[in-house]
Amino acid sequence: MYQTLAWQLSLILMGALLIAFLFVARRARDRADADASVVSRAYRIRGILFWALLVVVTPVMLYTLLDLPYASAGIDRRESQVIEVVGKQWAWDLSTDRASVGTPVEFRVTSADVNHGLGIYDADMRLVAQVMAMPDYTNTLRHTFAEPGTYKLLCLEYCGLIHHDMIAELKVVAVAEEENSHE
Amino acid sequence: MSEVDAKGAPDPARRASAPVLAYLVTAGAVVLLMMAFGLLMRLAQGGLLQLGPDTFYELLTLHGAGMVGIAALASVAVMWHFLGQYVRLSRGMFIANLVLFLAGVVMILASVLAGGFAGAWTFLYPLPARPMGVWDTQAAALFVGGLLVIGTGFLLLYLDAARAILGQYGNLGRALGWPQLFGRDDGRAPPVAVVASTMVLIINSIGITVGAAILAMTLINLYVPAFAIDPLLAKNMTYFFGHVFINATIYMAVIAVYEILPRHTGRPWKSNKVVLAAWNASLIMVMTNYPHHLLMDFAMPQWALVAGQVISYASGLPVLVVTVFGALTNVYRSGIRWDLTSGLLLLSMFGWGAGVIPAIIDATVVINQVMHNTMWVPGHFHTYLLLGMLPMVLGFMYFLTGDRQTAAGRGLDRIGFWVFAVAGLGFVLAFLAGGQAGAPRRYAEHLAQWLPYDRAGALFAALVLAATLVFVGRFLLRLGQARSRAV
Repeated sequence: MYQTLAWQLSLILMGALLIAFLFVARRARDRADADASVVSRAYRIRGILFWALLVVVTPVMLYTLLDLPYASAGIDRRESQVIEVVGKQWAWDLSTDRASVGTPVEFRVTSADVNHGLGIYDADMRLVAQVMAMPDYTNTLRHTFAEPGTYKLLCLEYCGLIHHDMIAELKVVAVAEEENSHE
Repeated sequence: MSEVDAKGAPDPARRASAPVLAYLVTAGAVVLLMMAFGLLMRLAQGGLLQLGPDTFYELLTLHGAGMVGIAALASVAVMWHFLGQYVRLSRGMFIANLVLFLAGVVMILASVLAGGFAGAWTFLYPLPARPMGVWDTQAAALFVGGLLVIGTGFLLLYLDAARAILGQYGNLGRALGWPQLFGRDDGRAPPVAVVASTMVLIINSIGITVGAAILAMTLINLYVPAFAIDPLLAKNMTYFFGHVFINATIYMAVIAVYEILPRHTGRPWKSNKVVLAAWNASLIMVMTNYPHHLLMDFAMPQWALVAGQVISYASGLPVLVVTVFGALTNVYRSGIRWDLTSGLLLLSMFGWGAGVIPAIIDATVVINQVMHNTMWVPGHFHTYLLLGMLPMVLGFMYFLTGDRQTAAGRGLDRIGFWVFAVAGLGFVLAFLAGGQAGAPRRYAEHLAQWLPYDRAGALFAALVLAATLVFVGRFLLRLGQARSRAV
């Protein structure tokens, strides 16, 4: 899960930086005999650090760009369920509040008034995807639900007095369940 | 190094003019008030204080506008003070900026407190004009007008800085150290204070102009609704302005680190090719990485969003590898004279560097999709503003007034420092932890599962506020003592 990855990576890297600062602060009172040698050694380390960051970060960055959520990116082209979503102060209008597990859902999201943000939360209130809802524009988000359940749609762009209470529900059901409901 | 140089002459950098002190006194008072508003919001989100959503969002609007404004005011005082050691700046323009700033503050306060405006400091079009009856057109216009007045003051100040730098260096390229960067480094590059000021005046003049344009368009739209603005264009302009303006505060305040830290370490920290390359690269990158605010606006051209991620990654390099590493190099085995000034300045470099990490992570499109507009966002920007920019300014305050300390005063400083550093770190981690749990930002009420993060944040916020109160209170006290000695 990306949230856990982001959190753990931030803690590790911020912790490493903190250790570096504490190490330097601890040695700061000692005075080196030759400032020039300390500085030139530091410059060598800086060069290594620069190339190390470049070598590690560049492939990571490029790899993450392979998985873009945008409509024109390399996304799942299977037939999708379309849900039209209109944000308005302070409610979500959905063309349907049901979707199936395993089939891509295409959310076509816009706004009738101000900027909103469509945040899709699972039953444990973990954010699984989001896209902005903007007047005059339709933002298309494709998402495939892996788990059935009642998902909550929250507003994630500040839109006025009742912003925090602009919530709708989306029932995501297993395919068999969906077929039964049509019989 | 003490306040006298090798020849026994007083260090001119420690003599602050009255307007600089007026800026810092204003900044100190406002930052405390805005911190108190922030604490109230965290208490309310944690369910420990009852605040109606109207009051909460008014406080949110004031806190955002107030903190951004005061960050700019304090950091431009740092810039003006040190740049003034190298070029002839206009004192009148500096005072005019403070007057315009205070006039803008009065307009914003009236808009929020009397008019109930609660459109957030980002005034994202068309929200100011679509309040659903919560505020009226006049209140929105007063807020937008207040920001416009404040921006005008800063723009005039940057134009004056440009005039002074051009008068001294002939052109902006020389002030950015281009002859040394692209040619032979003859060791005569302008000091970092000049390079940084030139970088900031370029980016912020452009940023403020774009901001003024969208503010003026919003103002017209408030009274002539038929004058519609493209919402995506408005969002780009707003975030370009906001992103550049708030980043510029750090780039101005960090001049204090470059200028003051070497006085404590006795080790020079000069412009060289690498430092010049970093500042020139940042000039371009700060203006071009702003699309990372729009990664969830799928209607944006995809190339711009990809560029937003790529340039955001790249922009971490000058900060981490050059500036933060440069500070560590300056301090390591230097025989540093530790006091609150040097302690705060070193802390500030940690805060800036640490804040860059969750910022870059959030600028990754796939991560942004589950982090954008959660508490992760205030988490990362509070890291480099609260633990980065603010200690730069506080360190500058102590640098100007921190001599002749009593033992009790030094003890209080030490306690204040550690409370500020530890609680500050706890405060930003509470935001980040809330963000990874999915807690949205800018919510008057949070669900039960997010309350522990809010409550921890409120506790740490109270401690940070107490430590800052000690710092600002002692600054004002020493200022009063210095004035009475002078009389």
